Amino acid sequence: MSAVEDVVTEAPAVEAVPKRAMTLGLGTSLVVLAALVIAPIFVKNFIIFQMTMLLIYGLAVLALNILTGGSGQFSLGQSAFYAVGAYTSAILMEHANMNYALTLPIAGIVCFAFGYLFGKPALRLSGVYLALATFALATAMPQLLKLGFFEHWTGGVQGLVVTKPDAPFGLKMSQDMWLYYFTLVISIGIYIASINLLRSRSGRAFMAIRDNEIAASAMGVNVALYKTLAFGVSAGITGVAGGLGAIAVQFVAPDGYTILLAISLFLGMVVGGVGWLPGSLVGSAFIIFVPNIAEGISKGLSGAVFGVLLFLVIFLVPHGARQVAMVAQQLLGKMIKK
Amino acid sequence: MPIAIGRLAIASAAFIAFAASSGGALAQKKYDTGASDTEIKIGNIMPYSGPASAYGVIGKTEAAYFKKINDAGGVNGRKINFISYDDAYSPPKAVEQARKLVESDEVLLIFNSLGTPSNSAIQKYMNAKKVPQLFVATGATKWNDPKDFPWTMGWQPNYQSETQIYAKYILKNKPDAKIAVMYQNDDYGKDYLKGLKDGLGAKAASMIVMEESFETSEPTVDNHIVKLKSTNADIFVNIATPKFAAQAIKKMGEINWKPMHFLNNVSASVGSVIKPAGFENAQDIISAAYLKDASDKQWDNDPGMKEFYAFMNKDFPEGDKLDSGTVVGYGVAQTLVQVLKQCGDNLTRENVMKQAASLKDFRTEVLLPGIKINTGPTDFAPISSLQLMRFKGDKWELFGDVISADAGG
Repeated sequence: MSAVEDVVTEAPAVEAVPKRAMTLGLGTSLVVLAALVIAPIFVKNFIIFQMTMLLIYGLAVLALNILTGGSGQFSLGQSAFYAVGAYTSAILMEHANMNYALTLPIAGIVCFAFGYLFGKPALRLSGVYLALATFALATAMPQLLKLGFFEHWTGGVQGLVVTKPDAPFGLKMSQDMWLYYFTLVISIGIYIASINLLRSRSGRAFMAIRDNEIAASAMGVNVALYKTLAFGVSAGITGVAGGLGAIAVQFVAPDGYTILLAISLFLGMVVGGVGWLPGSLVGSAFIIFVPNIAEGISKGLSGAVFGVLLFLVIFLVPHGARQVAMVAQQLLGKMIKK
Repeated sequence: MPIAIGRLAIASAAFIAFAASSGGALAQKKYDTGASDTEIKIGNIMPYSGPASAYGVIGKTEAAYFKKINDAGGVNGRKINFISYDDAYSPPKAVEQARKLVESDEVLLIFNSLGTPSNSAIQKYMNAKKVPQLFVATGATKWNDPKDFPWTMGWQPNYQSETQIYAKYILKNKPDAKIAVMYQNDDYGKDYLKGLKDGLGAKAASMIVMEESFETSEPTVDNHIVKLKSTNADIFVNIATPKFAAQAIKKMGEINWKPMHFLNNVSASVGSVIKPAGFENAQDIISAAYLKDASDKQWDNDPGMKEFYAFMNKDFPEGDKLDSGTVVGYGVAQTLVQVLKQCGDNLTRENVMKQAASLKDFRTEVLLPGIKINTGPTDFAPISSLQLMRFKGDKWELFGDVISADAGG
């Protein structure tokens, strides 16, 4: 982005990220994957649970990243999609006695439809206005879930308790560990699919819209279709994450899916690096562990400590984990040359 | 209390020394995860941040009380290691913290975790793990269910019995009143509402002219109050947590609406509700209590409250004596210490539940006279009586008798 552009045109909402820079190299990916596969064997169940949550929030951040980093649309309403996914899984498991694994694709499809439909009217909005429209969705969702009309299925304010699945095929594995590997497989699948999506024709269309909507439409990209599609895909992935979240936490209640969750996910995306998919995991780690660290530093001022930490991150590395990774890569390159 | 505890500590130390010297007694020591010869690990979850952060003071009081107990030698020679985490009143966060306490910190039990949604979220987990979820800080009626959830126990009188007492009073003194209810839209609010309707019985439908609910995510309840005033009801039942209750009282003063006002006990604190709302706006409000109010002069010379004041001055000087949260924290912490004392050297999770379910006429001196803590294998509701009170000047005045109301389910 040159200085001239800055002055002449309105700065684009999201900085253009070349698509090659959206992923990690193969070697690094394998190292991270190996770490994720091996780590649970050495740690306690509680840590495994936290790692599962890390993957789940990672998925939700990834979904937002496709929407914002990929197609340049903002959303503060991801918590609503997450809630719909969580409730879909929970209701199917508890009321229809459906297998937990089968509920996830359904949660994904329901959320895809929901996101796609929401994307239709949202088409008319962009930038901060779109962010506000999705914000409205996030604020409305917990109250909708409490409505007496749905109470028979949602359990109203009481929420629903979900039964945690045992490891299948007589595997000698704790519930937590099984669920972790189950989540890991799904996460890897979705991650690879997302990368391929962004490298495909559709992905190029998303990015063209992000970089310049008018130019994209002049080149024959169906802007309306791809914008709603991006919303649908993002909502679908968030829905799967929500379903997994419900199974891992074993409980869904309206109070768990407030606007705070949407803001956390947004924060995770920024910290991880907008448009950099592997950063989703880093962002997710930030929103899970940094509040705990803040609480460890000061109980009474945990919010303030969290604020200071967040400020430091944004101030020092405005492009988040992506920037850190790039700098590390350059340093490494220099060292090898020497 | 310091004297009594000192004596007890000496007595128990002497007993342990005697038991040890007599030999064979060592075999009777039994421990589960979280307990040892020197330490008892107690977990706790509180909303130190978030919408219900006003309750965080309960956790701080408990920490101060356990520190005092430890300084005096601990319980049966064991120090209490009190680990308290913040869940920001969010159920998924509560699950994470509960698992951290049970699996990572390896506590013997989780004590006085606060909030109905948070406790609902962890109840199944705690019972599956067979870890006591003891004296939860919520008045929901569902905690008294030893058959289905033998590892969960409440402490305070449940919400339904409180509004049933109000209903009885209304039927007796104002049988033709029009009632407007404002309630928090969660199961705490709905529990209270159910108690009121059950108490009014067949007349509930005709007497209640409006039920207005609000969400904890709303910044203020002012608009609800204005709406409720328009019904011209002559009785207002205020079912709200402290912040919202204070807003309601203040707004009623501003728009000059003066019905007979019933305020739920949860928000009866002079320090955190009435004072911020303004004493002039709070005159003649009726509530019910089971604890002595620290701001009430009639207890100034009460031996039990003198101990409480001494504790607050010496061990928790930064706490607000007027905040009923400190009294609750003190009372419930004393109840836990009593249970641990009764456990003796058998600190298994099973024995903790057994002893918690065999409290007989136990009194912590912050309870109103005549109110006693009784539990049994089928009675997991430690406190089940209340007394009505009316706000006059700058304090509550008790009236009527101690009323026992054990609402079931």
